[in-house]
Amino acid sequence: MDVSSHDVLLVGGGGAGLRAAIAAAEVNPQLSIAVVSKVYPMRSHTVSAEGGAAGVIKEDDSLDEHAYDSISGGDWLCDQDAVETFVKEAPQELLQLERWGCPWSREPNGHIAVRAFGGMKKRRTWFAADKTGFHMLHTLFQTSLRFDPITRYDEWFVTKLLVDEGRVQGVVAIELMSGRIQAITARAVILCTGGCGRIFPFTTNANIKNGDGMALAYRAGAPLKDMEFVQYHPTGLPFTGILITEAARAEGGYMLNKDGYRYLQDYNLGKPQPKPVLRSMELGPRDRLSQAFVSEDQKGRTIQTPYGSIVHLDLRHLGEKVINTKLPFVRELCMKYQNIDPVKELIPVRPVVHYMMGGVSTDIDGATPLAGLYAAGEVACVSINGANRLGSNSLPECLVFGARAGKAAALFAAQQKVPNGSVLAQATDERKRLESQFLFKTGGRERISTIREGMQTTVEKCAGIYRDGASLAEGADTLRQLQERFADINLDDHNRTFNTELEAALELGFMLDVAESIVQCALHRTESRGAHQRTDFPARDDKRFLAHSIVHRNPDGSSRVELLPVKITRWAPGERVYGELSQTKEPPQAVLTKKAG
Amino acid sequence: MADKIILEVARYSPEQDTKPCFATYEVPVHKEWVVLDALNYIKDKVDGSLTYRWSCRMGICGSCGMMVNGEPKLTCATFLSSYAHNGNKIRVEPLRYFPVVRDLVTELSDFLVKLKKVKPWLIRKDTVPLSQGEFLQTPEQLDYYKQFSMCINCTLCYSACPVVGLDPKFVGPAAIALAQRYNLDSRDQGAVERIAVLAHPEGIWGCTFVGECTKVCPKHVDPAGAIQQYKLNAVLDWLTSFVMPRGHNSQDVKP
Repeated sequence: MDVSSHDVLLVGGGGAGLRAAIAAAEVNPQLSIAVVSKVYPMRSHTVSAEGGAAGVIKEDDSLDEHAYDSISGGDWLCDQDAVETFVKEAPQELLQLERWGCPWSREPNGHIAVRAFGGMKKRRTWFAADKTGFHMLHTLFQTSLRFDPITRYDEWFVTKLLVDEGRVQGVVAIELMSGRIQAITARAVILCTGGCGRIFPFTTNANIKNGDGMALAYRAGAPLKDMEFVQYHPTGLPFTGILITEAARAEGGYMLNKDGYRYLQDYNLGKPQPKPVLRSMELGPRDRLSQAFVSEDQKGRTIQTPYGSIVHLDLRHLGEKVINTKLPFVRELCMKYQNIDPVKELIPVRPVVHYMMGGVSTDIDGATPLAGLYAAGEVACVSINGANRLGSNSLPECLVFGARAGKAAALFAAQQKVPNGSVLAQATDERKRLESQFLFKTGGRERISTIREGMQTTVEKCAGIYRDGASLAEGADTLRQLQERFADINLDDHNRTFNTELEAALELGFMLDVAESIVQCALHRTESRGAHQRTDFPARDDKRFLAHSIVHRNPDGSSRVELLPVKITRWAPGERVYGELSQTKEPPQAVLTKKAG
Repeated sequence: MADKIILEVARYSPEQDTKPCFATYEVPVHKEWVVLDALNYIKDKVDGSLTYRWSCRMGICGSCGMMVNGEPKLTCATFLSSYAHNGNKIRVEPLRYFPVVRDLVTELSDFLVKLKKVKPWLIRKDTVPLSQGEFLQTPEQLDYYKQFSMCINCTLCYSACPVVGLDPKFVGPAAIALAQRYNLDSRDQGAVERIAVLAHPEGIWGCTFVGECTKVCPKHVDPAGAIQQYKLNAVLDWLTSFVMPRGHNSQDVKP
């Protein structure tokens, strides 16, 4: 078997992966760094992020306020030490990206411009029109080209982590172009593979978002954290699930029900004003807005379409000029994909699966409990997002924790011995598994798409915006049956060259494992918090559940959920307040004494 | 609109075929469906071996470029219904002028090499610590290069460019536009370093200004404009070099 060797290996080349690779190269230019990505890095899903990246930069703002907005937005499930680190380093990282050429939108005097965003009490979201993720990703990718220590493995698909003596020592990957299966060893591995929205039938996530990194870690023995927290973004275009950015509401868009009524005023989110008010109405947090949609739907106040119920997002009053300068991509997407012009028409929208708050459990340096394994970005759960992420916190999360993981992995790698020979035996076994169970197997009876659709329907039904114990238990059973049927899968494609069907089958395997972890965590958490709403346990229960769900995979493939207390530094758990009250009430500042050190 | 449409799709597997051929599939038509949805329908329901790239399905990742009835298109943004007049037949082929890996997948590594050659990153001669804050850039200065920063690397422009077809060494529209994106950025000081690659017979002087690249660009980047603009500056530089031999360079002139 072919083998190549590096010091630090990145799985994934999106925002977090490229930031980590550059950080590792800067910390120690002697290291050899590999970026292994199943797509060319500029195709990574960071590219689709629209609205912006939060980081305190203006005089009227403070780190404490950004921390408080994030912690209360996360329904007190965030680790506060992680949030404090995050808000402190986010502005530095965004500035660093400016230095690398990111075309941030500007004020007339040339300084960085910021916009409002949901759940944020101050304007602190940096943006590059409404293609922020695109510009960040291309800036990072183009900048990475000048770092010689970085070797790219473009269009290589990682199938397994190699673990020996309790330490991750590399990966097995398929080079799509040739179909070659080989080991790539490394002294440290960083997972930056993003989320897993494709587990659900209706998602903003790209086709490549299959929870690869979560499943790789989970199977290798690293636990996942808070997997029950799935974010539904309130404004997706029906049928395609294309995201209409929250910036559309930050610039002043209205949410209207079928009667043209700004229904959010009925959901404890404040009173409607003509201009947007921070932490109020349309600028409320995503979990509350998506939940409000479900209530409107149950009251019969939505509009029925062939692609589900919808409400309207109204931008008409903003005028063509504002839409063209601040929201050009929104207009382009609406015209190209929905055949409507938001300057003159209402945009049909419905909640759509967007983001995983949960992920591979890490500390604030991106380290997982499994030695040599790191994770950053959406694949990871540090946790700064708690039970509900605020819009525009995920892009800076990729940068802050990508950089931290890159540095930590570089330091760790420099102290490790070269990977030992026994991982190569594991790699050979993995190649045999891929060939016998997938590539060259004949006579299977199940189609990939049938099982995938079954999984998507099941997970949406039992682990959607509202859940209950009975449907979750039923969903868990159905997923187990789908796992069994997956073993009987049939491939039409037995070529080695660019076998995308093999890739899809392996991705489906990853998604089934991740889906199970979501359902098990959701079953275990018998309370409602943030994006996890149990109709059979409608209240938040801090006594039992001011804690993270930690899910391990047992040797027999089943899962085991444990609880880990949330880290509280300075903000005692309180009520989440939006609307007028959030304007008058000062956030509780430093109510706890900060721990020494 | 008919409820079915015929897709003729180029198929080629180097392990089985000596040359590409076409396979024909009948696909249901929904008014919301794009060509990519039809390909996904085939892969999911009919033949799982059909091979193509796609990801975001919102015209920003740049993966799903193909020839659709002879024109380079992002298949996620090309509606089936717009071909109803064409005898209900759509021909889908890999992007032209690229080597074909398999079916609709082209070989991109040469494009990546060209991209790196133009040094598409911000070059500074000084180092300014982050503590000094952002480099100032007014909205007007941003507008000066913004259009050229919109390239999604979909390579449709390479498939539209007859020069790429004749001379594979031509750096090509997207890479030149990207170089110009940095040349025109008020924060960049690297134009001199990019001259050798750009002001070269395989750089801007290869372009015969057919302008097809700009026509097919799904993001209105206008690579043809970037190339013409650079040609003018390069001529000025050449003339200036006689008058002011010590390092004056019009590529560094920006608002």
